[in-house]
Amino acid sequence: MADVVLRDVVKSYGALPVVHAINLDIAHGEFVVLVGPSGCGKSTTLRMIAGLEDISGGTVKIGDRVVNDLPPRDRNISMVFQNYALYPHMTVRENLGFSLHIAKRPKDEIVKAVAQAAEILSLTPLLDRKPGQLSGGQRQRVAMGRAIVRHPDVFLFDEPLSNLDAKLRTQMRVEIKRLHQKVGTTIIYVTHDQIEAMTLADRIVIMRDGHIVQIGTPLEVFERPVNAFVATFIGSPPMNLLPATVTDGALRLSDGTAIPLPPGLTARDGQAVQFGVRADNIMPEGHAMPPTSHMAFVDMPVTLTEPLGTETLLFGTLAGTEVQAKMLNPRPVRTGEVLRFGIALDKCHLFDAETGASLRV
Amino acid sequence: MDQGRSHRIRRRLLSLAHFIGLFLAMSLICLPGLWVVLNSFRPTVEIMAKPPVWIPTELNLDHYRAMFGGIGEGGVPVLTYFLNSLVISLTSTVIALLVGMAGGYAFARYRIPGKGAIFVTLMVTRAVPGVALSLPLFILFGRLGIIDTHFGMILVYVALNVPSTIWLIDGFFRQVPKELAEAAEIDGCTRWQAFWKVEFPVARAGIASAGIFAFLTSWNEYALASQLTRSLNSKTMPVGLMDFTSQFTLNWGGMCALAVLMIIPALLLTFLVQKHLIAGLTFGGVKG
Repeated sequence: MADVVLRDVVKSYGALPVVHAINLDIAHGEFVVLVGPSGCGKSTTLRMIAGLEDISGGTVKIGDRVVNDLPPRDRNISMVFQNYALYPHMTVRENLGFSLHIAKRPKDEIVKAVAQAAEILSLTPLLDRKPGQLSGGQRQRVAMGRAIVRHPDVFLFDEPLSNLDAKLRTQMRVEIKRLHQKVGTTIIYVTHDQIEAMTLADRIVIMRDGHIVQIGTPLEVFERPVNAFVATFIGSPPMNLLPATVTDGALRLSDGTAIPLPPGLTARDGQAVQFGVRADNIMPEGHAMPPTSHMAFVDMPVTLTEPLGTETLLFGTLAGTEVQAKMLNPRPVRTGEVLRFGIALDKCHLFDAETGASLRV
Repeated sequence: MDQGRSHRIRRRLLSLAHFIGLFLAMSLICLPGLWVVLNSFRPTVEIMAKPPVWIPTELNLDHYRAMFGGIGEGGVPVLTYFLNSLVISLTSTVIALLVGMAGGYAFARYRIPGKGAIFVTLMVTRAVPGVALSLPLFILFGRLGIIDTHFGMILVYVALNVPSTIWLIDGFFRQVPKELAEAAEIDGCTRWQAFWKVEFPVARAGIASAGIFAFLTSWNEYALASQLTRSLNSKTMPVGLMDFTSQFTLNWGGMCALAVLMIIPALLLTFLVQKHLIAGLTFGGVKG
């Protein structure tokens, strides 16, 4: 019904390109998250789909229609803005019904649609308030209600949670996911928060400097990042990257420490690489790491600890680079204590030092 | 306990000092106005008395009666002046607001090459004292044949008010987040509907205050009006005040009475629109 297709979509301001010929196919009912650091072009892309920015090149299709030259009102989309953009002079009821009112729908239909949306989002007791009398989370829900009331083909979310405090954000994240399960409409969601991306998305689109770097399910981009940027951007804490050189079929770190080459990776002899290992895959010996056949061991002094309850993050220095490791069954660790860490090599990554591209085959 | 009491006393003394200070300042500001009102009800002898009579001994409506009376009895065509003032001020305010809204909105929302320069130029026109323009305007208007017409005065006041209305309205539209209009467009509005249904109502308070400023400027303006109006055709109330001067005498009482009549509509208007001026309407629609 309403899939969204972007073909070679370009946006430039004057001579300055901000989005470079991106291609993206979004299936009907899919929840796609565009994620990337500030200025990567994700919001611009979303606004081009919405019709709030002109498209400098390429085509955007919603359903069967090329919408390049259609104004926002003819695209049958809804959008939730970062600052909610509720109409301050209208009550919640009027805010919810505004789009139907503009479309000149019959009164009883509007009343019914507003009641239904209010019910879904538990806004019924707030219908006669003005936005100024609502809390942040309530405003957020009104903004979502305004989006669902008109049954659009596509929902667009532009960093909708970034103005909420951490607790509310987690809560609203769940509500958004529930909403998607309930209404099943295609959602395109922009965020700079990789946790939101991982938890919400059917597929994640990772963008950087106006290019799409990788598209995949949350687990795909987590487990098989195509380059060092994705590897460090997705996952918390970020993946550790250690500069190394491939010598005689092994990795040699800058201080001479030798680590066997992880399986399933190809690298030429003498190639400068970055050795990537997540904190989950480097743990103090004997601390409940799932045993694998490919292990390497290094000694590393601990410089800082961050107890998180079920686990403790250990900061150490390996070959001059700061490394974060995890300890699953925590015990007190003194600063400066040298521990022996095991590295699960089959979970590790290699990236070309120059291009950053993954060397996984 | 003791410390708490001395603290309380100090707080009370401080608020008393504030009160007295404010009272003195307000008296200074209000005294001339009150003096005008008072004088309009007093006989001329008392107004001219030296040393001044602070507490009036007799109050009457003689000056008002005379003002509305016939020509020979010191009467002036108050109603005509009032209508002239009203027509000129209202029309010029409405036009200045329309131009100001268009200009202010454009400045607030669109990228225009040389925006800064245009803006500064607009403001600089306000730096020229109005009187300095009166002679060139007089000559120009004379050639065009629009001296002593409503049209001429409206033109002058629109020109006088447009820079400040643009400046004020630009500021108010800047406070209206542009996402509101975008949300309205996505909700099905045309650009035009988005403006009238969302942005205009949200900025309404600010536009109303810009309107008051423009109206009061036109209503009270004297220097230019005294040159460009000649007769009952277009003389406004401030110019009408000069009817009370003659070669050897000044009818202070009559002048004060007319001044009171001038103040009343301005005061009424300000009270009426005041409730629109309460800020905070904009806030709440967006984060915060």
